[in-house]
Amino acid sequence: MKDLTERALEKVRQLGASYGDIRVVKRASEEIEVKNGKVENLSSDSDQGFGIRVIADGAWGFASSLNLNPDEIDTVAELAVRIARASASVQGAPIELSPVEPAVGSFTAPCKRNPFEAPVEQKIQLLLDADEIMRQVDEIRVAESVMRFWQTDQVFASTEGSYIEQSKTESGIGITATAVSEGEVQKRSYPAAGGEHAQAGYEFVEQWDVIGNAERIAKEAAQLLTAPQCPSDVRTLILESSMLALQVHESCGHPIELDRVFGTEAAYAGTSFLTPDKLGNFRYGSDIVNIVADSTIPGGLGTFFYDDEGVSAQCVDIIKDGTFVGYLTSRETAPQIGQSSSGAMRADGWNRIPLIRMTNINLQPGDWTLDEMIRDTEKGLFAEMVGSWSIDDKRLNFQFATEVAYDIEDGSLGQMYKNPTYTGITPEFWGSCDAIADKDHWRVWGVDNCGKGQPGQTAHVGHGVAPSRFRNVRIGVMEEE
Amino acid sequence: MLGREGLLQILEKALSWSSADQTQVSLGIGQSSLTRFANNVIHQNVSQKNASLTVKAVVGKKIGCVTTNLLDDASVKAAVGHAVQFAHNSAENADFVSLPGPAPAKDVDAYDAQTAEYSPEDRARDVGGMIGEAKRVDAVAAGQLSTAFDETGVANSLGLRAYEPSSKAGLTAVMTTDTGYGYADRVAGRISDFNPMEAAVEAATTSVKSRNPEAIEPGEYDVVLMPYAVAEFLEFMAWLGFGALAVQEGRSFMCGKLGEKIVGQNINIWDDGLDPAGMPRAFDAEGVPTQRVDLINNGVAVGPVYDSYTAGKEGRESTGHCVSVVGTYGPMAANMFMRPGDCSVQEMIADTKRGVLVTRFHYTNVIHPLQVLITGMTRDGTFLIENGEIVKPLMNMRFTDSVLERLSNVDMISKETVRQSWCVAPAIKARGFKFTGVTEF
Repeated sequence: MKDLTERALEKVRQLGASYGDIRVVKRASEEIEVKNGKVENLSSDSDQGFGIRVIADGAWGFASSLNLNPDEIDTVAELAVRIARASASVQGAPIELSPVEPAVGSFTAPCKRNPFEAPVEQKIQLLLDADEIMRQVDEIRVAESVMRFWQTDQVFASTEGSYIEQSKTESGIGITATAVSEGEVQKRSYPAAGGEHAQAGYEFVEQWDVIGNAERIAKEAAQLLTAPQCPSDVRTLILESSMLALQVHESCGHPIELDRVFGTEAAYAGTSFLTPDKLGNFRYGSDIVNIVADSTIPGGLGTFFYDDEGVSAQCVDIIKDGTFVGYLTSRETAPQIGQSSSGAMRADGWNRIPLIRMTNINLQPGDWTLDEMIRDTEKGLFAEMVGSWSIDDKRLNFQFATEVAYDIEDGSLGQMYKNPTYTGITPEFWGSCDAIADKDHWRVWGVDNCGKGQPGQTAHVGHGVAPSRFRNVRIGVMEEE
Repeated sequence: MLGREGLLQILEKALSWSSADQTQVSLGIGQSSLTRFANNVIHQNVSQKNASLTVKAVVGKKIGCVTTNLLDDASVKAAVGHAVQFAHNSAENADFVSLPGPAPAKDVDAYDAQTAEYSPEDRARDVGGMIGEAKRVDAVAAGQLSTAFDETGVANSLGLRAYEPSSKAGLTAVMTTDTGYGYADRVAGRISDFNPMEAAVEAATTSVKSRNPEAIEPGEYDVVLMPYAVAEFLEFMAWLGFGALAVQEGRSFMCGKLGEKIVGQNINIWDDGLDPAGMPRAFDAEGVPTQRVDLINNGVAVGPVYDSYTAGKEGRESTGHCVSVVGTYGPMAANMFMRPGDCSVQEMIADTKRGVLVTRFHYTNVIHPLQVLITGMTRDGTFLIENGEIVKPLMNMRFTDSVLERLSNVDMISKETVRQSWCVAPAIKARGFKFTGVTEF
């Protein structure tokens, strides 16, 4: 492999590039989906290729190909430099990168049991068993269960001397029961909506009790059909942790991406309200809100050894005691705020450029238990599991829906509600956070579908969170029946 | 390019290596390039050459699928073997009837050499021109200009053979003045089908007009929804309910409503993958010829679209709407048309006593699928209309509204349409649109 990467780097040097890197990526995936007692998808995907990124005449160019051979390396290197020169014709100041110490090494993330070696029949049977249990509940019209596995092996080499090999395995599982009646459709999921994922092997799939939870979620979906509509009100809101993971993702993870802040996603995903003048002084949340970007924690979907610019993994303060103190950055953007890269550049495969992406954006645990939080709430709502999400293009005004919610009355959970939603403005919402559950309630959730960029890229990111409480939140927007 | 013969030769070889009862092999191969700009410079500029070969093997009623981008004989043979093994290891799917049989597809002129050969320098020149227009009005431009070509082929063991080359070009422009935003979007099979400068002028003009927005109270307003916003309505309808699987599973708004009026009588929506006004394709992901399907006629739910799996469940033929061999979401209407009206957007504005003009939506998502109740933000040009005139730009607002309910209250439909990736949509004037919040810009 090294002869091919060296060839690419030498070629771009000869062509006059001031910087170049090549990533060779091989990715395999497997997906099994069971729906209503039938295996509707048993598939695998193997994909490999390389991408060459260069700076020539002070501008970026990138070209990629599936054909990993010396001639194609030369062709793609030439195209990358040609593209960079075309970019330079519509370019401002030359690109400058923050320095990075060249790294050489080979790194493999922990995986106890290779999921691709686990028998397919065993995986299918587990999903079929969960499916059958869910369909015992009469109202369940669609029972779905899914497993997903990924294996990614990549080499990064740069004209600055880095040569980094990294391998990782990711696994996920989830079940969903959808109940249907006249004019109504409701669903419940486990362990998380869309499944739960981690950087781990088949042992991760086995740790979740999908069989033991199948009947519960099916019954809850059926109960939701006749549950009252979530009221429209202003209340105390307690979010279960998988829902809070989405809240962190949308209202903190995206607005701290420094490329968004600088407008380079303006035409697609949008920009950010967290402009550089706010760094170090803006009140993002209450005193108890502490958020870090940590790519070093074991098992997170946003965990790695080096990012796709060869910058080492690190833990960075984002929100400290409620104040906004840090961004996710790259080698290009960090110098513009007088910093070095925080190591957040990640690409979705060989045929995409790295972009600033979330790593594991973690809300640090507090000192409450969930029971204490509920007992301490006179009138509120406990909302659970991601339903849907929407937020404006500066990440201020959001409205999220959950699968289910429960009334909190005098410190106890009560009435179940369907179609719960809540809405707010990001800093006001986090400013109203007055309780965060402790480390025993804290876990890292894996999000496998974070979209960004043109052409589109999907990132796997993590969010460590514990259930938390927010005051004076606007809940419910649907008209009551 | 491989050409018809070269591409089908790969598929024939793959079929010959399969021991399954039925086998389908599909291959897409091509190159795509995208030049992205922001802050009035090109900041990302990329190109990729890729392929995707998918083998679907059927043993009895057990199915396995394997996808690879490795096209050498050994890799393709391994993919076929893996798919057959998967099928043997899988469990029966009693609803599966058969892969589709051969049927002649109509010729569609979907390939354009100029688009396929558009160079990095061509794209940079076009982008430079658009940025020049932004600078002319003191705006900052962001967006992308992309070109791509593909060859797609499908073959199966029942004798189906299909091949089609195609090209695609796209453009997005968001222009920003100090406090204003404007937008334009183009998609076509041929780069010559749109004029980047005309799109730049559209975005730049709106970005100037939308400066210094003011907030209004959320509530119910009459709205003029520009075609970009209406296209999003159609896409949600396609996603949530125009597919047969959604109907069969009871999660479609068409469930139990076929033959009934579900929106206003002035609403007509159909899917036609052969109409050159859209993004025509000769056949779907299973190689089945695409055909026109009426979805809503005069407000009445007429019928969903089918792939071979959902059609087999009902003992009917596929309508050619399979969008992916792999996956479980089912067939989709992906070339929709909404019948235009006979008025202009200007006439809609003139007809509005007090209302809001929405250029487009942002980050829209579903709250209730059966009601097609969705929420999202307005973006890139929202204006207050009073007494038949646009009187001021507005800060962006959140809406939470039912698409079905809004399409039941449409007073006017424009003659102008805009082509998007999934549909061709007009502008509409509708009563009682529900704005539920406001943001700070």
